[in-house]
This record gives sequence, structure tokens and C-alpha cells, in this order.
Amino acid sequence: MSERATSVTPPEEQHDDQDQNQNQDAQQPQHDAETDEFGAPSAETRAEPVTTGAESVVRALENAGVEYAFGVQGGAIMPIYDALYDSEIHHVTMAHEQGAAHAADAYGIVSGEPGVCLATSGPGATNLVTGIADADMDSDPLLALTGQVPTELVGNDAFQETDTTGVTTPVTKDNTFAADPDGVGTDVSEAFALAREGRPGPTLVDLPKDVTTADTDAEPDTPATPDTYEFTEEADPEIVAAAAEQIKDANRPVMLLGGGVIKGEASETCREFAIEHEIPVITTMPAIGAFPEDHELAMEMAGMHGTGYANMAITHCDTMVAVGTRFDDRLTGGIETFAPDAEIVHVDIDPAEISKNIHADYPLVGDADTVVSQLSHAVERSPQATKWRAQCQQWKSDYSMAYDVPSEQSTDEPSTSSKIPEDEPVRPEFVVEALDEATSDRAVVTTGVGQHQMWACQYWTFTEPRTWVSSHGLGAMGYGLPAAIGARLAADDDQEVVCIDGDGSFLMTLQGLSVAVRENLDITVAVLNNEYIGMVRQWQDAFFEGRHSASEYGWTPEFDTIAEAFGATGFRIDDYDEVADTIAAALSEDGPSVIDVHIDPQANVYPMVPSGGDNGQFALAEDQL
Amino acid sequence: MSDEERRRGLDGPAPDERPTPTGRRNEQGIRIDPAVEATHEPRRTVISTLVEHEPGVLSDVSGLFSRRQFNIESLTVGPTTDEERARITLVVEEPDPGIDQIKKQLRKLVPVISVRELESDAMRRELALVKIDADEPAQVSAVADMYDGKTVDSCPETATIEITGSRQKIDAAIETFEQFGIREIDRTGTTALARGTQSTAAPASTTESTATEASQPQNQYAPADDD
Repeated sequence: MSERATSVTPPEEQHDDQDQNQNQDAQQPQHDAETDEFGAPSAETRAEPVTTGAESVVRALENAGVEYAFGVQGGAIMPIYDALYDSEIHHVTMAHEQGAAHAADAYGIVSGEPGVCLATSGPGATNLVTGIADADMDSDPLLALTGQVPTELVGNDAFQETDTTGVTTPVTKDNTFAADPDGVGTDVSEAFALAREGRPGPTLVDLPKDVTTADTDAEPDTPATPDTYEFTEEADPEIVAAAAEQIKDANRPVMLLGGGVIKGEASETCREFAIEHEIPVITTMPAIGAFPEDHELAMEMAGMHGTGYANMAITHCDTMVAVGTRFDDRLTGGIETFAPDAEIVHVDIDPAEISKNIHADYPLVGDADTVVSQLSHAVERSPQATKWRAQCQQWKSDYSMAYDVPSEQSTDEPSTSSKIPEDEPVRPEFVVEALDEATSDRAVVTTGVGQHQMWACQYWTFTEPRTWVSSHGLGAMGYGLPAAIGARLAADDDQEVVCIDGDGSFLMTLQGLSVAVRENLDITVAVLNNEYIGMVRQWQDAFFEGRHSASEYGWTPEFDTIAEAFGATGFRIDDYDEVADTIAAALSEDGPSVIDVHIDPQANVYPMVPSGGDNGQFALAEDQL
Repeated sequence: MSDEERRRGLDGPAPDERPTPTGRRNEQGIRIDPAVEATHEPRRTVISTLVEHEPGVLSDVSGLFSRRQFNIESLTVGPTTDEERARITLVVEEPDPGIDQIKKQLRKLVPVISVRELESDAMRRELALVKIDADEPAQVSAVADMYDGKTVDSCPETATIEITGSRQKIDAAIETFEQFGIREIDRTGTTALARGTQSTAAPASTTESTATEASQPQNQYAPADDD
């Protein structure tokens, strides 16, 4: 039935698919002819026609190339699970539905294909909501399937009934209540396509139990977006030409790469463009990895906890080529002072992002990779920006991210433990750098939300797309561990998966350890433990006169011992001289391991632009706030 | 460690030692000259959308307005000649960038087929039912006639008048009826169609932008309108 029956579609083919969705009449026959060569549906798929709605749902997933699903059983979803029993799809039974959604979300980030999560009606569905909202904010491809009470009971406040489509409408790209057994498989196919095509996002299909148990022989249609869903691939050539002129004549150009660069597989094109024209590159948090942070042109992340040099560059540029970014408030700070001298070239596949927060002088609606290629062809010569690049380098040295390890220790050599003091609490930045050093360039990092997340952004040197997995827009604490589970299954075997977590975040979803142990997943969790909700503590010190209301644990469980109780391997770090060896030991474990790292509880995240502040006026320490 | 070392920050020039640009943006993110600060005034306009006639679409649309804090004055929904499609007509009041956002966000909803902002000359009608004390039936009837109203119900105590027309006409009628004593009012939102051969919100390939940019033929015959 489907051209995607046998394998995950590689990125190059995705673009073909997008074209065809727009011109289905013209290109569909050719498309079929092509894909048949690569592998039509297997004979056995055809040999066993579906007999129930649930089988049609599972067939739709199989046709879409789904390999993994994350979920939790329950009454109303049981028919789907029964159909999964005979499927090749590997189902990962999660400990909690929030974890199922986060795991599927991370799977989607790392693989580029929609992650699939399942839950039953009522509490199952409502527990998914945090993860769905996270995917919505970050435009991650995610398909959620929820059980629902039988149609005749809907609206009667039946046991475990929740208006799931109602609850999830504001946090999904689209959702559907499946009303018809003959159409339920196609509903799922369509939701899968919608999650992935255009600007990705979460979709949900609510599956009443009578619909999934009903007899049907209706095979699901090929995954395709509905006719009413349109998006543009190529930007208006006239605006491209005008933008190219602007870029050519710029004196202080920057590129601002957003998460859309990674989602649109445009990292390579953006790199080539920036390097060819020697344009300094700033990334937003979701775009971390889109541009190698060890490159001379890398200014790294801008915004609230971005680098000083990125914030200087973003504030003083005269031309900004912004690609796949929605100008979130954590990036822009106060709108009034955001890049106030810059002509903005804004590339986005979603027209609603153009001029939503920041006015686009050159609105380029289209696919990131396609439009940056268009720009690349249109820009006749590089901007004359030697002085500006020198200025950017000067800022990189003025506002270096070097932190003080006590007793004049160099931070360049985290492994030289002999030089490190024993009596000082361990700096979290040091631990992040040590983890980075001990792993390969393609290691995948997941995080929770808070100080540890910012340290991971700032001190890990990312060089590859799809290696940074975090909860950006929603800021959902507890994301890290379930995300590591999803990322592990999507990543290649030679990619390490490291979860840098906080004590507060880890406490929210640590039951996921049971899943990691059961599935024997090779992940390493480093809990940067300061016995605080650290970011809140930092803000209380800065803005609430140090009144630590409900941010201070004062006591946390022994996370290494907890890990052991789950059947994982536990480690603990208290001193600098334990850092390198313990990390090495934890990474060498084949299954899940947890390092409880007792860090300096007073460590803070800087630089910092306070909410609504001026990016150029970032504080380097609390007394500058 | 001394207090100074406890400062726990990074090195580099302090905020007041850094250069700052003089430019500014307004709250819509548009660069402005600080001397003549540009603001966009809200304006009232009619947006017509053609949608798939399916459960949930109305809540998708109304949810969008509440979630994004768009200012909505009225919303009407009704069937079209195609039973699978419905038309939702919205009257909104926003500055230009907000109206742009409304159109784009509506267009993003999957069940929405097309979106169009109507020109100011579009035909717009509302309907009101006004229940009035009928102590002076002759005078009530005279006022009703003045506004082309129809008496749809009467009894010794009350008369109920139906008025259709523009918002301004209905406002004026209600104001005039107040002298008799109004017991109850029910008003609809605005229904609207584009003039002449223009389509209001066309299905399929006709996108919002091309519809708006299309040259608008001047009608030879434009019946008198009370807009």
C-alpha cells in the first residue's frame, strides 16, 4: 500500500515527498514507479488483510515504516495492543505516559521520523499532554494514539473518559476523533504524514474502543497529508534576489539558525553558505549542533543564557539571515532592543512565523534547505565584513566562557586530576566538559530543564545536528531520562547517549530507569545534584532577596543507590579527582548507569539576560543584573 | 575563597562599558525611529473562512482566538451550498500585524480550506430581534418601518421586531426603540459576502493572498447599501 513500507525515508526522499504532496496529480505516478523499485509492501503485508479497526491502525504504522512505539497499556487501548502483539513494531513499555511522549519526541528529534506514543483513555491521555505540548512548542514530529471509551459512552462521563481531542487541541498540530472503523487506519496514516510534513509537530488520533474492535477489511491509505494542508517549498524569487542584495551589501552580517534548520535537514547547506561568505553564525537552543561550535565563525547560542559574544553580535549586526526560528522571547529578550539595526531576512516554512514577533524585511516562506540554496545561488559576492569578523573574534575573547576552577587550575585539561583541588565543590561546567571529552563527537546529549540544561548548552561543544535533545520551548522538567530512552533507540550503536540531568528534573521521571534496565539500554545519566531547584534558587537570589521558597530540598535521595535498586549501575562523584575516572567507568557500562554528581550548590548560570532585557546588556555576574 | 572570588560570574566588560546601538523596535517588532515612534492602530475588519464541516472545527477556531488573545467581536457559522463545507465569518479588531497573524494562524488549521479578509465595500448584515413594550403600538410600528423592521410577534404587552442590516443601522434602531422600553434583545454576528463576481473565500487553489491581490472589478450595478 505504501511507498514507505519498508524503511525510514532518508531526508533526500522526504523533499521529493513534499513536492508530490503539492502536485499529487502530476507526480504521483512517477513516485509510485520509483518507490516500487526500492521496495513495495512485502508479500506478507498483502497476504494478511486486516480484519479489525485496531489491525488497520497497526497496519498504518507498519506502512509508515514505524519501528518503535512507546506507551502504557490500559483498558480502552487494549485492542491496539492486541494487534501490536503480532506486529514487528518493537513496543517499549514505559513506566508513565509522560515518559512515553518524551521518549517518542526524542526519537523523532534524533531520527527525523515521527516518534509514536500510545496511551489509554482518561489518565493515560492526560499524562501524555506534557509531552505533546513539548513537541508542539519545539515542532517535533510526534504521533500520539489514545484509546477512548466506546462511542456510545462518549459524553456520558464514562469511566476513564476524557475529552482528549478537546484537551489536546491547543497543543497539537492537528487531532482527530476516529469515528469510523473503515477510516481509522487512514486517519492514522494521515496523522503520521501531518506530523512530519511541512512544519513538523504533534498529531493525535483518539481511538474509541468500539471503532478499534469493529470488523473492517479496509486497508489504510498511503500516508499523505489532507488536501487542505499546504506548504511552500520555494521562496518567492524576487524576494530572494532582494535579500541576496542585502546580504551582499551587508557590513555586519550574521546568520541566526533555528531549530527549523535541523528539522529541514538544512545544516549542511547553512554551513556551506556561512563558510563561503564568512558570515558569523549564531544558533538558538533548538539549533544547537546545526553549526559546529568549534568553528571560527561559531558564535554559539544567543539569548537569555547565550554567550556574551553571540549576544553582542546579535545586537550589533546590520543584516540577519534568520532560518527556521520563531524568535522566542528567551532568544530576543525585549523586542525593543532586539537587533535594532538589523535588516531581517527571515526564512521559515510557516508563514505565520514571519513577522509574528520580529518584523521580517525580507520574508522568505519555504523549506529551509531549499531557500538557503536559493539564497546561495543568488548572492553574487560575499559581504565586505572583515572588520566585523575581527570584532566578533574580539568579543569571543572578551566574553570567553572560561570559568574559574579554584586554585588557578586550567579548565582546558579536565582529565589532569593531579592538579585539581580536593577540598572544593565540583563545578558543574567542569563535569559537562569532562563528559564531552570522554565521548565521541556524535554522542547524543539529552537534558532536563534548568541550570544543568544551560551548562550543557554552554560547555558541551556540539558539532553535529540531531545530537542535542532537550525541552526548549515548553521547558518541561523530567524530559531528560525518557528522552534518553527514545534517543538511544533512534541513535546509531556507536553514538553514546548521555543524559545530563538535574536533581529536580531527575526526580520527576526517574521511574523511567525501570524501562532502561528492562530494555537494557546503554545510557549514562549524570545528575548534576545541587539539592536545589537550582534555576529557581538562582532567580530567588537575584530577584527575590534570596528567599528560597520551595526551591531548597536540603536533602535528596542517593541517586546512585536508587539506580542500583532499579538494577542499573550507580556511581557517585564528590571531588574533582573522581570526575574523569568515574565518567569513564559509567560510560563503559553496557546498560544504564547513573552518576550522582554532587556539584557546587552555589554555582550559577551566566551570562544572563533577564526576562525582557536587552541582549547587549547581558550580566556576567549577579551584581550586574 | 574570598567574597570577590565568590562573585561567581564571568569576565569581560560590564554592561555600561559596552557599545549600544541607538535603534529600537516597536512592540510589533518593527524597526522604528525613536523620534517618531510608529504604532499601528487597531482596525475592525471582516475575515471569512471556508472550513471542512466537521466536529471540532468551531472550537479549533474559537480556541485559536482565545489562546492567542486576538480581539474578536463576532463569529457566525453556517452551512454553504456544499454540505461538506461551512463558512465562518469573523469580525475582529486588531492592528494590521495582528490581522495578518489571524489570517495566517487560521490558514494553519488543517480543517480550514481558505481564509480571506473582505474589502471594506463587502456586503455585511446582522439580524436583531428586539422585544419592546407595546404600550404605544402605532409609534412602535412607525419606528419599525423607519428601519425596515418587521413585526414578528405581538401581544397586548409586547411587540417583537426583526431588524436586519449593518451593525450601525441596528445600533441606531435599538437606540430609537429604547424610548418604548426594551425587554430583551438577541443579535447575531455579522454575515458577509464579497461583492459581484469575487468569491468570498474560495476553495482549493485560490489562496488568500491571490484572492486579495486580484483586481477587483468595479460593479456596474451596486445596489444601495446601508453600510
